[in-house]
Amino acid sequence: MTALLEIRKLEAAYGRVVALKGIDLDVKAGEIVTLIGANGAGKSTLMMTIFGYPRARAGTIRFDGRDITAMPAHEIAKLHIAQSPEGRRIFSRMTVFENLQMGASISDPQHFDDNIARIFALFPRLKERINQRGGTLSGGEQQMLAIGRALMSRPRLLLLDEPSLGLAPLLAKQIFKAIRTLNEQDGLAVFLVEQNAFHALKLAHRGYVMVNGAITLSGSGEDLLKRPEVRAAYLEGGH
Amino acid sequence: MEYFVQQLINGVTLGSIYGLIALGYTMVYGIIGMINFAHGDIFMVGAFLALIAFVVLTSLGITAIPLALLLVLLIAMALTALYGWAVERVAYRPLRHSFRLAPLISAIGMSIVLQNFVQVAQGARVKPLPPLIEGGITLLDNGTFRVELSYVQILIVVTTVALMAVFTWLITRTRLGRDMRACEQDMRMTSLLGVNVDRTISLTFVFGAALAAVAGIMYLLYYGVVDFYMGFVAGVKAFTAAVLGGIGSLPGAMLGGLLIGLIETFWSAYFSIEYKDVAAFSILVIVLIFLPTGILGRPEVEKV
Repeated sequence: MTALLEIRKLEAAYGRVVALKGIDLDVKAGEIVTLIGANGAGKSTLMMTIFGYPRARAGTIRFDGRDITAMPAHEIAKLHIAQSPEGRRIFSRMTVFENLQMGASISDPQHFDDNIARIFALFPRLKERINQRGGTLSGGEQQMLAIGRALMSRPRLLLLDEPSLGLAPLLAKQIFKAIRTLNEQDGLAVFLVEQNAFHALKLAHRGYVMVNGAITLSGSGEDLLKRPEVRAAYLEGGH
Repeated sequence: MEYFVQQLINGVTLGSIYGLIALGYTMVYGIIGMINFAHGDIFMVGAFLALIAFVVLTSLGITAIPLALLLVLLIAMALTALYGWAVERVAYRPLRHSFRLAPLISAIGMSIVLQNFVQVAQGARVKPLPPLIEGGITLLDNGTFRVELSYVQILIVVTTVALMAVFTWLITRTRLGRDMRACEQDMRMTSLLGVNVDRTISLTFVFGAALAAVAGIMYLLYYGVVDFYMGFVAGVKAFTAAVLGGIGSLPGAMLGGLLIGLIETFWSAYFSIEYKDVAAFSILVIVLIFLPTGILGRPEVEKV
């Protein structure tokens, strides 16, 4: 079976600084895949390169068998790939409702009510804040909004960049639980970038470890959790 | 008292025209953060297209004023919008990821191109349009001074108010307006959600140009003359209005336009007509010292 997202020999750079050095990575349908690595390893760059920011210098990105390497970002979004990016990037001067409307840009307006109801079931807090401006939300609420906005498009693949960053442990747990629910109930494929390696690897079916723009290890989440080099670098001390 | 009321009417009329042009400046600044220096010349092109449309319609035998006016409005708006679209496509889009000053210089270039194009195509002389709508209402009459509200002034103010209402609805209530506001805040994120950002920016220029065309028609009806250079002064005034109101803010542009129109008119009426521009710009300087973001501008928001 071919993977839903298939990345081969991907290279990308910011100007002369090479950020991705030949990445091979797959996300299959119905899978949660996580990418862990230190700050600055290139995890977020990989997430954004899927949408062409920055454009790949070499290699290919395929989604559902289609080459999307050179496609404009808005066309890629129309294939139902959604992203909750680094820094959340919610529209701070728009209300929660408008942010969710923006997330529904590519989906059939007929399903709008269904979709928003699903998101409110997942994150009831957003419903309470529906007419509040995005910028006035707390960090955790903004994170929920960023994920909710991504889900409004009914994605086939959800890219999540550091959903637990800056959140209280309890809230982070709630977000991880929501991801698992979406995966188990709807078979949503999730590609998750995390610093919180322990939780991410426990949640994921498979994982990759990135060091300095290259994949150094991969395997099932459980395997990676047991690997001494993973434990030493990402798990022990602090987690 | 009568004199004051008359000046108030004149100032509001002039301010309406400035406000319509200022909207174009503020929208473009809001969405791509550049000052479109060619916008004043788009206004001038709109006025010329309106004049040409009037002449063509007259030669076709369409002389009923309301019908001719409506047709001219539609034709001039559509064609001017095309100019606005083309300017963005040719002069700004290729420079979008260039250094900040590049599109600004390109805009000044486009301004010169449009002026010279009209000068060559239409001649440098002032072109008149005979008054189409004559008469008005006498509001006050004390024997020595009569306060007149002309039909043209009513038309200008009513059209402006109607357009601004439609426009506010468009920006706050429609999908397109929401996309524009999203682009304004985070263009890249907006594209990640499946919105065609280039198309949204193009439409911003199209709407700005269409509003400028309406301002051009109003100017033509009010003053009865156009020339290839009129876009410069009007453009600078409208830009001042946008800054005064708070650049990036739509209500600010309308308010700023109104204020500049009133300041200019009252200064001319009570002090000296030669110094009316000095007065308008001085007020701008004073306001900016105390309110650097303009009257309704928002302070630079914190980046999360």
